[in-house]
Amino acid sequence: MIEFLLSPFEYAFMQNALAVAVISSAVCGMLSSWLVLMGWSLMGEAVAHSVLPGVVLAFILGIPLGAGAFVFGMLAVALIAGLSRTTTMKRDTTIGVVFTSLFALGLVLISATPSQTHLMDLLFGNVLGTSRADLYQVAALAAVTALVLLLKRRDFTLLAFDRTYATAIGLRTGVLTAVLLILLALTTVTALQTLGVILVVAMLVIPGATGFLLARSFATMLLISSSVGAVAAILGVYASYWWGVSTGGAIVLCASGQFVLAYLCSPRHGLAAALRRRRASSHATAVG
Amino acid sequence: MNSSSPDRPAVVVRGLSAGYPGVSALEGVNLQLGRGRITALVGANGSGKSTLFAAMLGLLPPRTGSVRLFGQAPAKARRRNAVSFVPQHEQIDTTFPITVEQVVMMGRYTHMGFIRRARSADREAVAEALARTGLSQYRRRSIGELSGGQRKRTFVARAIAQQAELMLLDEPFAGVDRSSERLITELLHQLAAAGTTMLISTHHLEGVHQLADEVILLHRRVLAAGAPEDVLTDEQLARAFGASLS
Repeated sequence: MIEFLLSPFEYAFMQNALAVAVISSAVCGMLSSWLVLMGWSLMGEAVAHSVLPGVVLAFILGIPLGAGAFVFGMLAVALIAGLSRTTTMKRDTTIGVVFTSLFALGLVLISATPSQTHLMDLLFGNVLGTSRADLYQVAALAAVTALVLLLKRRDFTLLAFDRTYATAIGLRTGVLTAVLLILLALTTVTALQTLGVILVVAMLVIPGATGFLLARSFATMLLISSSVGAVAAILGVYASYWWGVSTGGAIVLCASGQFVLAYLCSPRHGLAAALRRRRASSHATAVG
Repeated sequence: MNSSSPDRPAVVVRGLSAGYPGVSALEGVNLQLGRGRITALVGANGSGKSTLFAAMLGLLPPRTGSVRLFGQAPAKARRRNAVSFVPQHEQIDTTFPITVEQVVMMGRYTHMGFIRRARSADREAVAEALARTGLSQYRRRSIGELSGGQRKRTFVARAIAQQAELMLLDEPFAGVDRSSERLITELLHQLAAAGTTMLISTHHLEGVHQLADEVILLHRRVLAAGAPEDVLTDEQLARAFGASLS
């Protein structure tokens, strides 16, 4: 058993892969608690998909891919905000226009660039190709993100819960919102190697959704969402090693599996609870 | 600091016009709120009550005119913890995983440092606010598990714990049972006696005489302001509520 668990990690590339997958998935999971409560799932998808042209341009220019991703993530946010302010379109419409356009730009840039094989990894992730340098970069970004989130967690939670009150008591809600969007872009960068542009959003939504189903307090929700991310990463990396399946896909499926379990077992929202309520009410009707 | 001199009004609104794109909700509103007074803001739905609150909270910039809170611009007053707000019940996300005690603790954030770590003074203020609103036994409940009245009392408790000089309450009696209504009214009187200035929006006319020292009748502009018996006449109310009362 121990040998089964340890044998993949005789290889340095597997050690890097596991470390980078766990770190990035845990920090994505952490952030996803706030995204779910802010109603920002679609915003998460928008930022995640919009980073693609930035990464390709960074590759062409030979600068760190994370920098390009960050710039385009923020550009997407700015374009969405600008369109929402200057038109009366609903927000999901502006988001849909912006991120699909940027994603398409990324695809065109990839196809126009020689050495396409490496760039295709951006779409689907290639965690087994993680180098030590990648690992350090991801660890540093994740540490910064986690630190800011934990230090200002009470302000972010108030922002998500009651923005008007946050404004009334003098919190700088605009700054807090901007910081949260910057963290969203940073988190996306950390998860690119593991999950790729297409699946990053899964880890920005599913862990938070799982925590939401189970938790009664925000601290518990945060703990659950980070753990769901980390556990999914561990199981996913193993699954991909033993069965040779897509790592990103396996990680996301493991997160989905945890979500389904939570949905079935949740004491308040879940299927079991709904059945219990129905039985209780039909019992009550039968008696009364 | 001149903002604490007792004879000056707590709030002065002059010539305020404000609204949203394509809608002018307020036109040339003038009003003053006396320090430690309870003022009821009475008007039909769509009369501009929420817009006036938004302008006073600094959520909506005025098109013309000005709002001064304790002689200061709203942003400055907010930053020195002068303003509190109790939201309407429709604005509360009842699915949010948060307990009663945690909501009330939010009232203490402006008393805390950068990371909002609670000190014993904060915990005492929260415990006292919970006791005064009769919520001590519910403090570990999540807000989704409360009745409408208990939930409203939670947000009043948050405002009490905040200890701000000015409290804005948006329809505090909507969706609230009788006993909660009585308790909240009594608490508001206690707070006013201790010097808190209060503006309470309501379209619930029955309780206004017992609740408020002054009434402002609003319909996009101030129709009347003064003592409840002078303002809440049939004729004035007909102007404010128009067809909705007949």
